[in-house]
Amino acid sequence: MPSTREIRRRIRSIENTAKITKAMELVAASKMRRSQDRALAGRPYAERLSWVLADLAETMPQMDPDTLHPLLQRREVKHACIIHITPNRGLAGGLPANLNRRASALALDLGVPASMVAIGKKGRDYFRRTDVNMRATFTELGDYPEYIDILPIARVVIDDYLAHEYDQVFIVYPYFVNTMNQEPRVHQLLPVEPPEDKATQAIDYIYEPDRESVLAELLPRYVEMQIYEAILESIASEQSARMVAMRNATDAAEEVLEELTLARNKARQEQITKELLDIVGGAESMQV
Amino acid sequence: MPLNVEIVTAEQVIYSEEGVDQVVAPGSDGEFTVLPQHAEFITTLQPGELRITKGGAEDAMVITGGFLEVRDDRIVVLADAAERVEEIDIARAEEARRRAEEALLEQRELADLAATQASLQRALIRLRIAEKRGRRGRARPPRV
Repeated sequence: MPSTREIRRRIRSIENTAKITKAMELVAASKMRRSQDRALAGRPYAERLSWVLADLAETMPQMDPDTLHPLLQRREVKHACIIHITPNRGLAGGLPANLNRRASALALDLGVPASMVAIGKKGRDYFRRTDVNMRATFTELGDYPEYIDILPIARVVIDDYLAHEYDQVFIVYPYFVNTMNQEPRVHQLLPVEPPEDKATQAIDYIYEPDRESVLAELLPRYVEMQIYEAILESIASEQSARMVAMRNATDAAEEVLEELTLARNKARQEQITKELLDIVGGAESMQV
Repeated sequence: MPLNVEIVTAEQVIYSEEGVDQVVAPGSDGEFTVLPQHAEFITTLQPGELRITKGGAEDAMVITGGFLEVRDDRIVVLADAAERVEEIDIARAEEARRRAEEALLEQRELADLAATQASLQRALIRLRIAEKRGRRGRARPPRV
């Protein structure tokens, strides 16, 4: 049986831990809400851009594959690239580990050498120890990156792709299912797979200056937008994973505190009983 | 039938109004006007001023490029960045121009050259439009 003092010291330390995890939970909850709002605010743009691209893509099969825009051209895959989006910081439950596992599995499945563009420290540090060729790393995006902040990422990937550094680009990111659940997703970024037109009613647009120029302007933005969306999604996922992990930690701390408090009270009572017995025993011996 | 206008950037919906009478936009082939009953139309935009007329009042926005789509009297502007002219902070635009010019002088990396030139161009357009507005008289406060 540990002494009362020892128990009291442990209680204090766990109380402090619980305060920290509680605070982290609240911070993560507020950041999660804000990043969800930001992710939602970008939806209309993404949607409209997809529509226009879907519309343009409808007549694409008739185009000569050689004159097709390079970002759309499918070529033999000799080298692939994975854009790996992970949190910068830990204490987010299993999220970073799940992402790293998914990206590793993808790199193995590809069957061709893979380069990597790592966004976030958790992924960068994990793959630094492997033989994956680290093409670029971005770890300074912060909690609320703006569209402008992700342009360099798109630039690196598009330039490399056009320079035939790699022939296929995937993006790995945590899809935000709900607050309790985020799952790693893989999505092909390049060559661009035009979205299916849901409206199906083909409209005979007038293009200005012409179809190809519009497409050439649109495709890089489509790539940028997808990266931007994946990063926002990743941040919302990270914050909610952290919030849940910290809530569990706080609950666990409170449970331990309850047990320790009980132990402390028992020990204190024992002590008092012992002291009383001593006094009674002492008084009796005086009476004789 | 009046026009329905939406200006969206990757970050947010900047403007969304119904009952608009006409839109003047900086197309890549020159400025053009969209009136109701316009044909289905998609164009790229160049940096410049986008003017929206609604019931006699005019709203002006600065956009830095993007796309404009017209379909069934709905105009969707996919802007790279957009802000209302009234909200342009002249001091900030001036600062951005100065920074971009300095960067251009020092710039050696070719990769960043294009980006710097683009940001200089953006700053200049903001300034030009803001000044033009300023001369015309007091800018209206943004309608909320």
